[in-house]
Amino acid sequence: MTCCTPTTVIVSADAFRQPTPSAAEFRLASRSIGDGILQTEISVPSIHCGGCINKIERGLAKLDGVQNVRVNLSSKRLALRWLDQGTPPDAIGALKQLGYDGHLFDPTEAATPDGELPRMLRALAVAAFASMNIMSLSVSVWAGAEGSTRNILHWICASIALPALIYSGRLFYQSAWRALRYGQTNMDVPISIGIAAAFALSLYDTYHGYEHAYFDAATSLVFFLLIGRTLDYVMRERTRTAVKGLAQLSPRGAMTINADGEYDYLALKQIRPGTRLLITAGERVPVDCAVERGISDIDFSLVTGESAPRPVESGAALQAGTLNITGSLVVVATAVADDSFLAEMIRLMEAAESGKSVYRHIADRASRLYAPAVHLTSLLSFVGWMIFQGDVHQAATVAIAVLIITCPCALGLAVPMVQVMAARRLFESRIMVKDGSAMERLNEIDTVVFDKTGTLTLGQMQVTNIDEIDPRALSMAAELASHSRHPSARAIHAAAPHAAAHSGSHFDQVQEFPGLGLEGISQGKVYRLGRAAFARKDDGVQIPAETVFSCDGRKLASFVLSDRLRPGAHSLVEKLRQAGIVMEIISGDSEPAVREIADQLGIPNYTAGILPGGKLERIRMLTKQGRKVLMVGDGLNDAPALMAAHVSMAPATAADVGRNNADFVFLQDSLETVFLAYRIARDAGKLIRQNFVIAIGYNVVALPVAILGHATPFVAAIAMSLSSIVVVVNALRLKGEPMQGKTKPLGFKLPLEGVAK
Amino acid sequence: MSDFFYLIPISLALGLAGLVLFLWSLKNGQYEDLDGASERILYDDDMPSQ
Repeated sequence: MTCCTPTTVIVSADAFRQPTPSAAEFRLASRSIGDGILQTEISVPSIHCGGCINKIERGLAKLDGVQNVRVNLSSKRLALRWLDQGTPPDAIGALKQLGYDGHLFDPTEAATPDGELPRMLRALAVAAFASMNIMSLSVSVWAGAEGSTRNILHWICASIALPALIYSGRLFYQSAWRALRYGQTNMDVPISIGIAAAFALSLYDTYHGYEHAYFDAATSLVFFLLIGRTLDYVMRERTRTAVKGLAQLSPRGAMTINADGEYDYLALKQIRPGTRLLITAGERVPVDCAVERGISDIDFSLVTGESAPRPVESGAALQAGTLNITGSLVVVATAVADDSFLAEMIRLMEAAESGKSVYRHIADRASRLYAPAVHLTSLLSFVGWMIFQGDVHQAATVAIAVLIITCPCALGLAVPMVQVMAARRLFESRIMVKDGSAMERLNEIDTVVFDKTGTLTLGQMQVTNIDEIDPRALSMAAELASHSRHPSARAIHAAAPHAAAHSGSHFDQVQEFPGLGLEGISQGKVYRLGRAAFARKDDGVQIPAETVFSCDGRKLASFVLSDRLRPGAHSLVEKLRQAGIVMEIISGDSEPAVREIADQLGIPNYTAGILPGGKLERIRMLTKQGRKVLMVGDGLNDAPALMAAHVSMAPATAADVGRNNADFVFLQDSLETVFLAYRIARDAGKLIRQNFVIAIGYNVVALPVAILGHATPFVAAIAMSLSSIVVVVNALRLKGEPMQGKTKPLGFKLPLEGVAK
Repeated sequence: MSDFFYLIPISLALGLAGLVLFLWSLKNGQYEDLDGASERILYDDDMPSQ
């Protein structure tokens, strides 16, 4: 690397590869675990079998300084421990040689100990132990144990139940208490009251040597409900891990140039306004800055939504997150990372979030009706028995039996089971869903707002007039184009991928002129590919937007390039239209580019040249009109709109903030997955309603039995288990993607992967 | 009838042992990579990590 920025850069076809992180960045992503050993987490999304584990662990173990490599197949991540001897091992390079793409995982996120899941699993294990042992002891009571034997058994049950209920039931009591403190109710309020009442009554009866005790009902209730909670949590955790494992787009630091012209790689936080930075071709701009020296093309697509790259030279302002494509630039930072364009987006997002009404889960809405109904019934049966019989104990027993038997065991499982199944189906189709409420909200949408660049389109250029171009000129142009990573050059190269083999020509010397184009010399002739003004020296009409291939200044071919639609875009629009959903495009790109895409897809409503704040305003306006909007977008500029929308979706290629805050993230290129997600959410909504009907139907049958005083602990245990099983089985009916010759795993597997330490 | 007095403690102790074993294995990271564990068994040169 030299201290001056060259105006022309000679690049090879290697420039296509993603830049590997430098040693300094690698070190920055590591954390010390003592004894001079550092641990680095690397996310490798393409790990898929035992062979991969074996290959990677053996391959990396050979590297200098590597102490230990451990691949985690479930989270598709590997932990590398290496001895600090100055330079870190080139693990990413070694992985590339083995055929895997790896990227560094943020150490702060990797190191965060997440105690929630183990805590839930411990509570679940304790509840399982308690409920099974109490059940086995209760069997002897049901079988006819009497007198002191029954009493001893009841006392043993009580001594197991008390610690288990306190330990495992905490989750429910805490949540119920939080809701009550804010004057609300949720599902956990009737659950907590039911558990407490059942235990208190059973203890009283045991003390007085009465026949019935409900310890088994209380503990198995906690056990069943914890299963639902844990699955729900595992589902969200799994998505979080998967989304975090995607390549981080924003850089962790930048190469700085100090006053003596020395280079130093610094973390993002250490960059101050006024710091001079070197940004080489292929790097993203880390902070807002102004170009001091150099010429290049900058891809603004993730920031403003513009599809065509813009040439820049000294004096131009660059926002954080833009991508430098062709030349090296020396820039001066104008803001610290926290004040950059990104930070402004985050402020807009926070504003959008605070303006949004809190969504109430369907289960909580159900419990708002359910809890008063149950408590009223229980009270009425107490009063009824007092009037007709006058025995306080008998009346209390019946009232509590009513509480226990109606305790929303099936209701507590009805929603999470379906949502866990739906999340699993979505996961199989490579769609990540953030939480259960996202699916409930997706089920309600009536409007979809799309961003254009990177969402409806792939953000990749494509040659559209390929038929008009002389094949020989095309293959030569393609070969020349293979030396640049400019999107237009890539598109021309992609139009004739085997060009080099067919043309027989070879360019001896290729130079890239950032902002202008490429020049190559072959058999004494000078070939140029790039802007018309650069490539053409003849007198033909010059159209500024076209890309020209020329020989010694004579035009050989001109290429018309346009952004490529994502596969499945047409069929998505068609299916959404059939489902009666209104569609709209809001883009930051220029009017003609947006109109072209809108016309191709047949979406009449579109707005072009919109600023991030404008997108947010549009979503807010639609929301005010009572519409439920699904926002699909990828850019930094979409992030506030994603936040404000009723529900949001982003492709895996989206900017980090947008992706981390979207409700759904889809990893496939095809847009059809958007409709698949909608369909699964709709099916899940249907199953949830069915499950509610089943749970309510069960109560209709069981309630009279309880009110009449026939709900013995035995009847309660059978009824509760049965209703739970029916609800779970119903949830398992949820179908995923239609089978397309792919083998699906049989049976239901607990998605326990990614359990934190 | 007197069997009762040692059979119940035995059954509870066995259950408790199972519970403790599960908690131990959870803490020990045995559930961190379930997919990987099922694949690793196919490669017999896999050495336990130090």
